[in-house]
Amino acid sequence: MIEQDWVWGFVGGLMIGCAGALYLLVNGRIMGASGILGGLVDGSGRSTWAERLAFLAGLILVPPLMVPLYDRVDTRLTDNIWLLVAAGLLVGFGTRLANGCTSGHGVCGISRLSLRGIMATVAYILAGGVVVLAFRHWLGVI
Amino acid sequence: MKRSFFAALSGALFGAGLLVSGMIDTVKVQGWLDVFGDWDPTLAFVMGGAIIPMFVAWRIAAARRVAVLGNALPEKPEQTLDGRLIWGSVLFGAGWGLVGLCPGPALAAAFLNGWGGVVFLLAMVAAMVATPPILRLIRAQGETAWTSAR
Repeated sequence: MIEQDWVWGFVGGLMIGCAGALYLLVNGRIMGASGILGGLVDGSGRSTWAERLAFLAGLILVPPLMVPLYDRVDTRLTDNIWLLVAAGLLVGFGTRLANGCTSGHGVCGISRLSLRGIMATVAYILAGGVVVLAFRHWLGVI
Repeated sequence: MKRSFFAALSGALFGAGLLVSGMIDTVKVQGWLDVFGDWDPTLAFVMGGAIIPMFVAWRIAAARRVAVLGNALPEKPEQTLDGRLIWGSVLFGAGWGLVGLCPGPALAAAFLNGWGGVVFLLAMVAAMVATPPILRLIRAQGETAWTSAR
């Protein structure tokens, strides 16, 4: 049933793209999860706090409401606390340093043919690939 | 009020899309990065699906210049590649690979990931809060080193 996963991936992707298109054309903003959250918590986006908070509320509250539609929803997150802390720090610091993550640089940047978005995406996919190779196949910790 | 309504709608659709696409499943995300193991191409389909409506939206944006709610549409930043962009992305990618979470899915699955997801979110937010002062410190240190070297 691997191929069915691809179809659902594509459908979900279309929904994500429509969410980004709505945020861009109606609100005039780029839908980047790290930027929307980061600007809220570090105070740099104080003037647009309501919009940011509303976006995050929709993002956080709607998926759990959809869980009953599925037989089971499993996120299969690791329970290794050191990995979780290290990964959280790396993702938080890295995305703020680079001004974007998978949604901002990936979805919104690539579709705009932005060189910065494309290069950032190449960099984080390569780094992620190397980390999975090292920690799964060499060290065996993930 | 209108701005918040459409922002919430967009966030809701983003979250629903992340759930439908399977991208809140950390094993599928790590599977995409695991080129030398049991490679899972789903993420490429998600990315492809997301880029199509966004590509159209950028075309419309280029013709309109102003968003529906009145403010100017975001201008393309200067296309310079700097160390901050690349090294920041490398650090982000390393964390992404370690547990299979990036900011969007980490938020979408905040109530689905159990305590582990809360630990990740707390660490991520702490790092986000700490980033501007850390950068200021590095910049100040750099300037001190520069002036004393002269």
